Amino acid sequence: MANNNDTLLMAHLMRRAGFGASRIELDALVEQGYDETVDHIIDAKPEIPVSDYMIRRYQPDHGSLMGSTTNGSNWLYRMIWSDVAFQEKIALFWHGIFATGYSKLANGKVLHDQIKMFSKHGLGSFENLLVEISRDPAMIVWLDNCESHKGAINENYGRELLELFSMGTGNYTEQDIKEASRAFTGWTIANTEYMTLKSQRDSIWPYGRLSFHFEYDPDDHDDDEKTFLGRTGKFNGEDIVKIICEQKATANFISRHMYSFFVADEPPVPEWPYKEPNDSAAIDALSSVYFDSGFDIKEMLRFLFKSEFFKSEKVWNKRVKSPVELVAGALRLTKEFDRPSREEYFTCLRTSYMGQWLMHPPSVEGWHWGTEWLDSGTLVERVNFSSSSLGNLKSAGVKNIAENIRKSIKAPFKPEQVIDLALDQLGALIVSDNTRSNLVEYAESNFKSIDDDSKIADISNEDVGEVLKLVGAMPEFQRA
Amino acid sequence: MPDNNKSLVVVQLSGGNDAMNTVVPYTDGIYHDSRAAIRLTEEQVIDVNGSLGLHPAMGSVKKLWDQGNVAIINGIGYPTPNRSHFRSMDIWHTAVSDSIAPDGWLGRTIREMDPNHENVLTGVNFGLGLPRSLHCKEVPVASVGNLDTYGLMTDIKDTQNRDYALSFFSRMYGPNSGRDAIMEALGQNGINAMIGADILRGANDSYASSVEYADNPISNNLRDIAKVMFADIGTRIYYAQHGSFDTHAGELMNHEKLWSDLSVALGDFFDDLKAHGRDKDVTVLLFSEFGRRIEDNGSGTDHGSGGVAFVMGGSVNGGFFGEQPSLEIPEQVEGDMRFNNDFRSTYATLLDQWLNVDPYPILGDHYEQHELIGKV
Repeated sequence: MANNNDTLLMAHLMRRAGFGASRIELDALVEQGYDETVDHIIDAKPEIPVSDYMIRRYQPDHGSLMGSTTNGSNWLYRMIWSDVAFQEKIALFWHGIFATGYSKLANGKVLHDQIKMFSKHGLGSFENLLVEISRDPAMIVWLDNCESHKGAINENYGRELLELFSMGTGNYTEQDIKEASRAFTGWTIANTEYMTLKSQRDSIWPYGRLSFHFEYDPDDHDDDEKTFLGRTGKFNGEDIVKIICEQKATANFISRHMYSFFVADEPPVPEWPYKEPNDSAAIDALSSVYFDSGFDIKEMLRFLFKSEFFKSEKVWNKRVKSPVELVAGALRLTKEFDRPSREEYFTCLRTSYMGQWLMHPPSVEGWHWGTEWLDSGTLVERVNFSSSSLGNLKSAGVKNIAENIRKSIKAPFKPEQVIDLALDQLGALIVSDNTRSNLVEYAESNFKSIDDDSKIADISNEDVGEVLKLVGAMPEFQRA
Repeated sequence: MPDNNKSLVVVQLSGGNDAMNTVVPYTDGIYHDSRAAIRLTEEQVIDVNGSLGLHPAMGSVKKLWDQGNVAIINGIGYPTPNRSHFRSMDIWHTAVSDSIAPDGWLGRTIREMDPNHENVLTGVNFGLGLPRSLHCKEVPVASVGNLDTYGLMTDIKDTQNRDYALSFFSRMYGPNSGRDAIMEALGQNGINAMIGADILRGANDSYASSVEYADNPISNNLRDIAKVMFADIGTRIYYAQHGSFDTHAGELMNHEKLWSDLSVALGDFFDDLKAHGRDKDVTVLLFSEFGRRIEDNGSGTDHGSGGVAFVMGGSVNGGFFGEQPSLEIPEQVEGDMRFNNDFRSTYATLLDQWLNVDPYPILGDHYEQHELIGKV
C-alpha cells in the first residue's frame, strides 16, 4: 500500500487534469508512465461520453436543457462519468474565463452548446477559439453584440473581449474598444424576427425557446477603416482577433490563467495589474510556447504538465478546489448517480450554495477563485457535502471503498490502518500530521486493536463509513 | 437605545442600476429625447415632487417615502468614474477609488466594532459567496445560502455523535503550526463556521411572523435577515444582493421585474420589522456600482456613471439628498450624468450617525456627511 512518489505525482496530475482518480485508476496510470499519460490525456480525441439522447431517456429535464439548472446538471453528469475528464476540465477552464450566464439568456440550450464548443475547440489555437466565442450565439446575446450596429455600436463585447478574454486592463485604450466594437458589427444572431414574434406571446423567453444561431449580416457591418492597437485597415472581427493574438499581453494573460487553473492559485484577475505572478519564469515559459506553437493551447498544456514547475511537490495541493471540482471529484469516487436523475439535479444545485452555479457566473468576469471560494458560509456547504457523500454507504463507490479497506486489514490491526487505507483509497491523498493524528484518534474511538485474524471479520462497512465521514470533513479534501 | 441594537442592512443592486429610470426626471425634455426606446412617461411614473417620479414598480418604496422613511441620494458616485462592473463594484466595496484595496469597508467596520472577534456573527451575508465589501483578513463573517439547513456535519443525526465528530473537526481546523495561506483560510473559516452555525440554527427555529414574504431570492434573503435580527444575537451588518441590473438590452421588461421584486420585498420586510417593534432599529442602504448612459441604445442602456442610492428606515430623515444631475450636454461626463456627491459621504454618515463608528480609520479620509439620520 506504500505510496511511492510516482503514485503521488500521478494523483497530483489527475487532480489537475481531471477531477481526481481512485487508487485502482492510479495504479494503471503509473504502469503506463507519466509522460505517456500526459500525452494520452492531451491527445485524446474529443468525444461525447454520454449522449444527450441517453441522458434524455432517463431524465427528460436534463435533456430539454431549457431550464436554468438542468443544463448544469447535464454537464456535471458528464464530468462524473466521462472517460475523458480532461475534456470537461478544459470546458470548465474556458467557462470560467468566457463566463456566460443564464440570467440574461433565459435559454439553457445555447449555453449547453457553448460548453460543447469549448470541449471541441478549447484545445486548439487560441485565435480560432476567440473567433468561435465571437460567433457563439450565447455570447452574442450575453454581451449584446446583436445590439451593436453599423453607426450605433454597443461596446459591451468589444470591451470585455479585450479586458477579460485576452489582454487584460491597461494594454489598450478606450478608442481601441470602440474600434474593436465597430469591427464586430454585423456579427449577430439569426431568426430574430421570428423570435420577436414569439416573445410577444411569451415574454419570459425574450429570445424564444428555440436555440438561436450565429449569422453574419454584411449590411450591418461597418466596413470603414479602423485603427486598432496602432494598426489601420478595414478590419473585420477576424482581423481584430488576429491582432489581439499577436500581443505579448495576450500571451501573458492566457498563461497566467493556465497557471492559476492547473498549477497553483494566482490572485483573481482584477489584482493582476498590481501583483506579480507567483512564478514569473513559468509564465514566461508558457508565453514562449504560446508564440512558438502558433497560439496552440494543446501544446501549452502539454508543456505545462511535463514541466518541473508543475511536477514540483511545492505546488501539490496548492489550489482550493472550486465547488464544481469538489463535487465532481467526490461523485467520481462515490459513483452514486449511475444514471441521470432528479437527485443529481439537486446535487448540482449544491455547487451554487458553495458559490459556483454552473452557467450562472456572478458576472462576465467569472468567479473569483483560490481562498475567495472560502468563507464560513460556503465552507459549511463544502464540508457537509464531502462528509455526507464519502460517508454514505448506499453509494456503490463508497461501499466498494469500505470493502476494499476491510479486505486490506490484516492482524495485528491497529485503528490507524483504517485511516491510512482510507486516504489511499480516496486517491493517494496527502494530509498534515495534525490532520492524520486527529483522524487516527477518532478511529481509535471507533475501532479496537485486533491481534487475531479471526476477529478481523467483525469490522463492518458501517464502522468504516463512520470514519469516512470525518475524512470527508478534513481540510485537505478541500484542496487539489 | 443602546447602539448595539442598531443594525445596517446593505442591499447591493448588482450590474449597474439605471438611475434615470429609477428616479425618473420625467418632465425633462432631454430625458424624453434620449430615452426613445425605454422612456417612462408621466402617466407611468409614481410622481414624487412634480419633476421626479419613481419607477412604476416601486409602489412599496413610495409608501415608505410617504411615511418619511426614505432618503434618495441623487448624483452619487466618485471622481473619475470607472465603467467596468468589476472595478467599479470593487471601488464601492473597498471604498478606495485610486488603488486596489485588499479588504472591504464593511469588513473594516466589523473589525472596528468587534476588534477581539467576540461575535462571529457581527456581520452576516445572505446569498451565494461573500462579497468583497465584507471581506477583511481575520474578520469572521457568516455567509448563509439557506438558513433552513445551516449547520456542520448535519447528516450525523445523533447529537452526541455529531458533537463528538465536531470536536475532531475543530482540532483539524484549529490553530496549528506550519500552515500555509490556504490552510489559514480553511482553518479560520472552519472554526468560525462551527460557532456561527449553532447560533443561527437557533435563530431560524425561534422566528414567528404574520408577514408572508414572496418566494424569490431577495424576499427570502430579507426574511432570513429578519429572522436573525429578531433572535438578538448581536448581528450589526446584514448583506444581500439583487440583480442583475446590467440592462444593455430589453431594459423595460427586465428593470420592471427587478424593481417589482425588490420593492415588494422591502415593503414586506418593513411590515415585519414594524410588527416586531424594530423598524427604528434598522437602516437599509441600496446601492449599485454605477448608473447608465443618458442615451439609450435602442433596447437598453450601456454602462455609465452617476447613480442613485437609497437609505431607508424608521430613523431616517426622508427626502432628497445630493442633487439631481443636470442632463444638459455641457454638464454631462462623456454622455453620462455627472456625480455631485461622493458615495463615501453616505458611508461616513451611516458609520458616524447610525452605527456610531468613527468613519476616518475605515474610509481613510474625512467626508462631508448628509443629515440622513435624525428621528431617533
